Amino acid sequence: MASVLEVRNLSKRFGGITAVDDVSFDVHEGEILGLIGPNGSGKSTLFNCILGQLAPSAGEVRVDGHGVTGLRPSELNRRGVSRTFQLLQVFPKLTVRENLILAGQEHQGRMLARLFGKRDAGLTAQADRMIAFFRLSHLAEETAGSLSYGQQKLLDAAMAFMAGPRLVLLDEPAGGVNLTMLASLKERLHAINAEENATFVVIEHNMEFVMSLCSRILVLAEGRIIAEGAPEAVRRDPRVIEAYLGH
Amino acid sequence: MGEFIQLVVTGLTTGAIYALAAIGFTLLWQTSQTINFAQGEFVMLPAFFALAAMNVLGLPFSLAALVAIALSVLVLGVVFKTVVVDPLIRQGVLPLVISTIAVALLLKDGVKEVYSAEAQPFPSFVPDTVVTVLGTPVSLSQLGVLAVALAVIAALQGFLGGTRTGRQMQATAQNPTVARILGVPVERMVMYTFVINATLAAVASLLISPIYLAKFSNGEHLGLAAFVAAIVGGFNQVRGAIAGGLLVGVVDNLAAAYVSAAYRQAVPLALLVLIILFRPQGLLGRREERAV
Amino acid sequence: MKARLPLLALALVAVALVVAPLGLQRYGTYILTLWLVTSIAAMGVNLIVGYAGQETLAQAAFLGIGAYTTALLTGAGVPFGLAFLASGALAFCVGILIGFPALRVRKHYLAFVTLAFTVLVWLVIRNEQWLTGGVMGMNVRRPGLGEINLRNHQNFYWFVLAITAALSFALWWIVRSPWGRAFTALRENALRAESLGVDVRLYTLLAFAIGCAYGGFAGALFAPLVGFIDPAPFALAPSLLFLLMVVVGGAGSFAGPFVGAAVAVLLPEWLRFAQGHYLIIYALLVIVMMAFCPSGIVGLVRRLVALRPKPSTADAPAAPAKEAA
Repeated sequence: MASVLEVRNLSKRFGGITAVDDVSFDVHEGEILGLIGPNGSGKSTLFNCILGQLAPSAGEVRVDGHGVTGLRPSELNRRGVSRTFQLLQVFPKLTVRENLILAGQEHQGRMLARLFGKRDAGLTAQADRMIAFFRLSHLAEETAGSLSYGQQKLLDAAMAFMAGPRLVLLDEPAGGVNLTMLASLKERLHAINAEENATFVVIEHNMEFVMSLCSRILVLAEGRIIAEGAPEAVRRDPRVIEAYLGH
Repeated sequence: MGEFIQLVVTGLTTGAIYALAAIGFTLLWQTSQTINFAQGEFVMLPAFFALAAMNVLGLPFSLAALVAIALSVLVLGVVFKTVVVDPLIRQGVLPLVISTIAVALLLKDGVKEVYSAEAQPFPSFVPDTVVTVLGTPVSLSQLGVLAVALAVIAALQGFLGGTRTGRQMQATAQNPTVARILGVPVERMVMYTFVINATLAAVASLLISPIYLAKFSNGEHLGLAAFVAAIVGGFNQVRGAIAGGLLVGVVDNLAAAYVSAAYRQAVPLALLVLIILFRPQGLLGRREERAV
Repeated sequence: MKARLPLLALALVAVALVVAPLGLQRYGTYILTLWLVTSIAAMGVNLIVGYAGQETLAQAAFLGIGAYTTALLTGAGVPFGLAFLASGALAFCVGILIGFPALRVRKHYLAFVTLAFTVLVWLVIRNEQWLTGGVMGMNVRRPGLGEINLRNHQNFYWFVLAITAALSFALWWIVRSPWGRAFTALRENALRAESLGVDVRLYTLLAFAIGCAYGGFAGALFAPLVGFIDPAPFALAPSLLFLLMVVVGGAGSFAGPFVGAAVAVLLPEWLRFAQGHYLIIYALLVIVMMAFCPSGIVGLVRRLVALRPKPSTADAPAAPAKEAA
């Protein structure tokens, strides 16, 4: 199975503190990889280094075999890596459809075509498909700010998938979402994984959610990977239990 | 060589005054997100408080200077914070920035219309006699100004580093959220910052006005010098503003003598551009992580 | 039906603007033309401030770049049309040059760099007498346009009106294109926009440079309008006034710059009795407006209109660029 993402010996130091310490792992095509670990274990820092939000102190990141270390987030995104943030990040004054068109428009054509071309960059149909997929069709014309929290969370995820990415990094997708919405989110993520063969990495605190969503789990503690494997194996791993209880 | 030393001393003198303005500017930005585009006018105004106290109330200069500082603390500190900054910060950063620009216009044209459009002579603390230091003639009044400015800066540093309140202020400047969790009375610290800024501006005003004369339009140059000093030094610390102020003062004076009097003002700006191009975090600033 | 109303209003405004000089004296027409020119520069500021969420304190400097470019080129015999385009192009390029380093750093640095730039341009205009005439200024001839005599103040007004209409259309096109969507996104949440592939640095730079080009275009019209240019209108204070007028009018709304420019041009006329005090009144007005209605006069009107027929649906008007520090 081909690796979509390869992380090699990645480290990130802030002054004297090593937040991410020599981390290496692969993400295979079509899998849903869970990234768990106690608070402060370096999960978000690792995400930010992979995504170009932070410059890693050492190490390398490759997407589909091409080195992408040090690329800016927008460049990385145009190469097929998209993400969601821990805190909700939609554009509240744009409509649901406009949010999705924005998420797709930079992935096609040239700058000048985006100035002189169609207002919707030819993306309305695709945006509506994505809206329908996440079951937000009745809200397409509403401004994102008027949606409920759970609906905004779905929109946030939909935006990450809009451009047909190779890899999606989801930072706590279940955070703050109620149970009904959670089931719907999980079901949709499973569906998009199956239908589009999309590859995910998911950071999550909700153990039940992550164990039932992911096919493989990485456990991070104090900036290092301490365990890796199938959800059931990781759940029983004494090192993992210690890492969580020890804190 | 003698001329060079004279120019450096003159530069350090004006530079120390710029530093006073730059420190206040930096403190305000850090503790309250107030980017005060009226900082130059804040340095222009107190001299006119003093002039009014002398010419209208007939007070002696020393008393008038105290009145000027007190009025500055009241108007540029307390009133500015409660009437302008507090209501506007709720509307976001841009409306507040716009309002400080409006305050700058207000103070400038206010002084022009109410007091005078002409440059006013302003008395000096120290008599303007020339003494010879190491074979170089140096103006005693300049040394006096330099000494006062450095003493005020040293006192401020002592206060910020050596007292409980000072350390609480620094904590507020670095991270208001954490400071609040640690039990620092953040609101009071922010008010202190405004009061300190007003005091520094008043001192700077009393020191610079004998050199430049008191004029309503002085704020433009002084504000620019303070911004450049703060950015060149690096925003993270007070000592950046001090270094930046001194550097801008010296560069400014050397440029006036050796480059071109007509482009004197342009040289600090060139310094600003160089810093932004090659060392955007400032000379003493820490590098910040990239945030888009 | 509902969509026709704004079009009808637009047509009425257009007709009113075309016939306006027929009922005006020479000075009135001059003021009206000055309003149009000011509006063009203000539109540029609005793109930078209202749409892209940056701060510029240099629009008067770009007005100056345009004015002197046009004055020098037409003086050397270059046709006005070319000089006009060159003015905008030069302002655009200079905008790229100063915007690029400033936008690499962090928020608000553009404000300081543009502030410094304004002082620098003013110094050059004042000191390089061989080129600009220094404080003695230089005369500018009104261009001819084929058979039409633009020295006639009404003809010149219509000429400026046509250019204003064209530039308004261009800006309207930009802000409703995908570029406009990217501008809105980077203003509201640059971090998220960047993560969705929006090259925040490039778009911000483009918004800034296009805004500067509008300053250059305005300058190219300003020079022949006043017929004589010296450094004063291109100093720091007028640059600050450009920023204030856009915010007073309503940053981020299309009509905002026109309303703000009208206030800025007409207020000194109305407040003649107050003489020098008008700037003080204006400054106070700005502070009060920012505290109670940061969306400007346009936002205020919208709020009033929304209140009247159906108080329940009064949606809060869009506040300009309310960033989370």
